[in-house]
Amino acid sequence: MPPVPLARHLLRAKDLIDTRYGDPLDVAALARAAHLSPAHFSRQFGRTFGEAPHRYLLTRRMERAAALLRTTDRSVAEICWDVGLRSVGSFTTSFGRTYAMTPTAYRAAHPPAARLARVPSCVARAHSRPRSSTFREDSAPRAG
Amino acid sequence: MISKISHVNVWVDDQDEALAFYRDKLGLEVREDVTMPEMGNFRWLSVGPVGQPDVAFVLMTVPGPPVFEPETAEQVKALLAKGAMGALFVTTDDAQATYEELKSRGVEFTSEPTRMPYGIDAPFRDPFGNEFRMVQELDENND
Repeated sequence: MPPVPLARHLLRAKDLIDTRYGDPLDVAALARAAHLSPAHFSRQFGRTFGEAPHRYLLTRRMERAAALLRTTDRSVAEICWDVGLRSVGSFTTSFGRTYAMTPTAYRAAHPPAARLARVPSCVARAHSRPRSSTFREDSAPRAG
Repeated sequence: MISKISHVNVWVDDQDEALAFYRDKLGLEVREDVTMPEMGNFRWLSVGPVGQPDVAFVLMTVPGPPVFEPETAEQVKALLAKGAMGALFVTTDDAQATYEELKSRGVEFTSEPTRMPYGIDAPFRDPFGNEFRMVQELDENND
């Protein structure tokens, strides 16, 4: 049986980042998942996946935070916690380095699609109105 | 007109280990296991789900020369170990029960069953790095 490639062990840490970035993960925990010492792990992870593990973890957290800013109305502090960070100050700093603006400015710059077109609110409401299951059922053509 | 998908190639590092995983842990049935001495002991090994006889995974070791020159073979093996070969999608009737059953046999899940817009998704990997998305599809009308 061929020996297990080092990358296969590193992949466990990458999977952990991809699925558990909302947890308070750190490099020590990631290194344990790959069964390597933290220093060896960080070096090899960077060689294999092109980015140091703490950078990759932060990238995934920022990507998720940006999506939550665009698609939800959760507060910046809540989103900070959602993506596994515990300090709003360092979250805002990291976000600014990634997207060159504050989380609040990013949200304002990416309004939901509905706000891009100036549809009068009475028209928007009419088009998002739920359809009654009995709507015109007495006048619908008979099946068959 | 193409009528059916019959076989899908899955790269593995070792066919005996692959058999132990795909048959004994995932519970797939062996469809073909043929070694051909006249072809340098090339082994055609295929497995598939019980109840779906017309499609199978071919568990293929990465060939060396003359099929792949050594550099190409090493690149494919490296991509496999890095999880870069792309995912295989399978379904289950009960994601939670199958997750627990396979996990008890040592299958390495990357996440617990998670509700997604398309169903309940329980992702795992084979020993070599291949990603599987095991999904319990949800009937939207019964949600």
